[in-house]
Amino acid sequence: MRRLTPYLLIAPSLIFLGVLFFVPLVETVALAFQGGADNFARMRDDLNFNDAVTDTFAIIVIVVLLQLLLALVMALMLRHVQVGRGLVLWIWSIPLGVSDLAAGLVWLAILTDRGYLNTVLAKLGVISGPASWLTYETPATLLAAIVVAELWRATAIVLVILVAGLELIPKEFGEAADVFGATPWQRFRRVTLPLLKPSIQTALILRTVLAFEMFAVVLSLGGRNFPVLMSEAFNWQYAQQDYGVAAAYAVVVMAVSLAATAFYLVLLRSPAR
Amino acid sequence: MIRSVVLGLALLAAPALARAETVFLSTQLRPVEEAQKMREVILKDFSGSVDYVVELPPQLPVRIKAEAEGGKHTIDVVGALHGELQPLVSMNALAPLDSLAASLRDRGIPDSLMALGRFGTEHQLYIPWMQATYIMVANKQALPFLPQGADLNALTYDQLAAWADAVQEKTGKRLLGFPAGPQGLMHRFFEGFLYPSYTGGVVTPFRSPEAEAMWTKFAALWKGVNPNSTNYNFMQEPLLAGDVWIAFDHIARVLDALRQKPDDFVAFPAPSGPKGRGYMPVLAGLAIPKDAPDAKAGADLIAYLAQPATQIATARAVGFFPVVKAELPPDLDPGLKLGVAAIERTQSAKDALPTLLPIGLGQRGGEFDKVYMDTFQLIVLRGQKPRAVLDREAETLRRIMTETAAPCWTPDPASTGACPVP
Repeated sequence: MRRLTPYLLIAPSLIFLGVLFFVPLVETVALAFQGGADNFARMRDDLNFNDAVTDTFAIIVIVVLLQLLLALVMALMLRHVQVGRGLVLWIWSIPLGVSDLAAGLVWLAILTDRGYLNTVLAKLGVISGPASWLTYETPATLLAAIVVAELWRATAIVLVILVAGLELIPKEFGEAADVFGATPWQRFRRVTLPLLKPSIQTALILRTVLAFEMFAVVLSLGGRNFPVLMSEAFNWQYAQQDYGVAAAYAVVVMAVSLAATAFYLVLLRSPAR
Repeated sequence: MIRSVVLGLALLAAPALARAETVFLSTQLRPVEEAQKMREVILKDFSGSVDYVVELPPQLPVRIKAEAEGGKHTIDVVGALHGELQPLVSMNALAPLDSLAASLRDRGIPDSLMALGRFGTEHQLYIPWMQATYIMVANKQALPFLPQGADLNALTYDQLAAWADAVQEKTGKRLLGFPAGPQGLMHRFFEGFLYPSYTGGVVTPFRSPEAEAMWTKFAALWKGVNPNSTNYNFMQEPLLAGDVWIAFDHIARVLDALRQKPDDFVAFPAPSGPKGRGYMPVLAGLAIPKDAPDAKAGADLIAYLAQPATQIATARAVGFFPVVKAELPPDLDPGLKLGVAAIERTQSAKDALPTLLPIGLGQRGGEFDKVYMDTFQLIVLRGQKPRAVLDREAETLRRIMTETAAPCWTPDPASTGACPVP
């Protein structure tokens, strides 16, 4: 009995995940492949598919890279803050507590034609009337707006992981580097960064997978003008009520997420010690 | 436990005991507040007593069929949208209402609406009950820029384009707006307004030369349209904010603007094209099932609901508008009055061309809408050549029509099988 106890204790969570994760997963894949590759062909031939793929990858490459850099800089700066460290971290993490739809709506209120940004720009005399930032005629500013909103919303998740990773690096390593006369850059490049690699890997995987599922921010800012894979899946499911094509999109999102994870695992693998 | 069982049995038995009530089953006004207003306000002055029951649209034919097959009839009056009553006609489940229609002739229900209630047969199968539609709303600041000789209530699409251009020239801003956002009803504009106005149909002439010319014109008109239109879901918001001066939308989605600032706005019918003033009535009708337990009481109830006073009470309570000629009371909410007038002018227009919501597509309705929105996106937003786009999208449309076997609906010419896309 004693030997069974741990299994009994984890059984509910296993059943829970099995029922609510694997069953829908299998059903989705089955649905996507119902009728052979027909659903995938219709997905590929749809006018929004190429845009959705391009937009999704553009956002991911830009956002994830910027977030990694920003979070790294913020985490390193935080190391030198002695008083009020917790407070700073807490303030930086506030956006984590905001739902992504709410975040999208906040940025919409800022960037819409009569939003706060235009009000400020008009007061400064930069623009004379309402300027549009989020239309199909202004794809560059629309992309920039989504990037900024995503940076604001989700940099903290990368930051939290990196801060935790930095805490794990023993102080002695840095001190030893100092003793041998390393410059700050050498110290960062040769000591901190290699030891931080597992945390960076975790952060990248988590953030990229989440970015493939990015939805509410894009939908509130871009609407029909900025299709991404998830918003297309949503449209096929609810607007067109074509569950087969929606499932095909879901399968594509899953496949690219898995591929990205594998890519990071290989790229950032740490040698066994 | 026992108590709840007893209570349940009592509830089940209640309708049987209170059989003197007229049972009115409706797919409309389902939300609790609306149903409550129906019971307490709209039906208040009816001589008999009415049991107002609501049902989800897909359940209506199921229930009627079950009653017809089971032989136990409980429903006296059915209230539903035109397209929801259609399956009941195919099931041959509705009683002819010709004498009732004759007795209601003096109510002034427009012939075009009465004709819809005949479903192309010789008999009146429902009596129009209440309606909504899509209208245009304009800020009064835009009126000075109307093209010379243009009548707001008989506007053409060419005049609308010229108007939007004039506004843009004078203000430097594009102030015409459409609800082309993700939750907007732009597809209805193509299916119920633009296509019938230019081609006289919706499905059959999808890739006709007239359609090609129409898209070319609409793409030119779009140059005067606010580019935020692809983000607009409800036009009342940009209208109230002043981002848009001239807008098209469902009456329910501009009513807030009319109600909040009735002095700032005018409401008028959608424009007309070479084939007429295409418009999509959202029409609800009242029918009596065959073998209804009390058809006489049912007819009385329909006559009551078609009274001008009841129709106005309905408009006030739930925002669905009269189908009969109704003298509006002077104290009616001025915004509501604007809406009523615009609807009335739309359906009484000499060139009015009523176009129905798609019928018989079932679950494929969303895909059907997508054909029209994709065509719009490709031709108007991405600037592709109409001919190639129409030919490509026609294939999708043909597949949907063939697979659903949906016959043509008004104003497309009637078809024997699936509506063709030649």
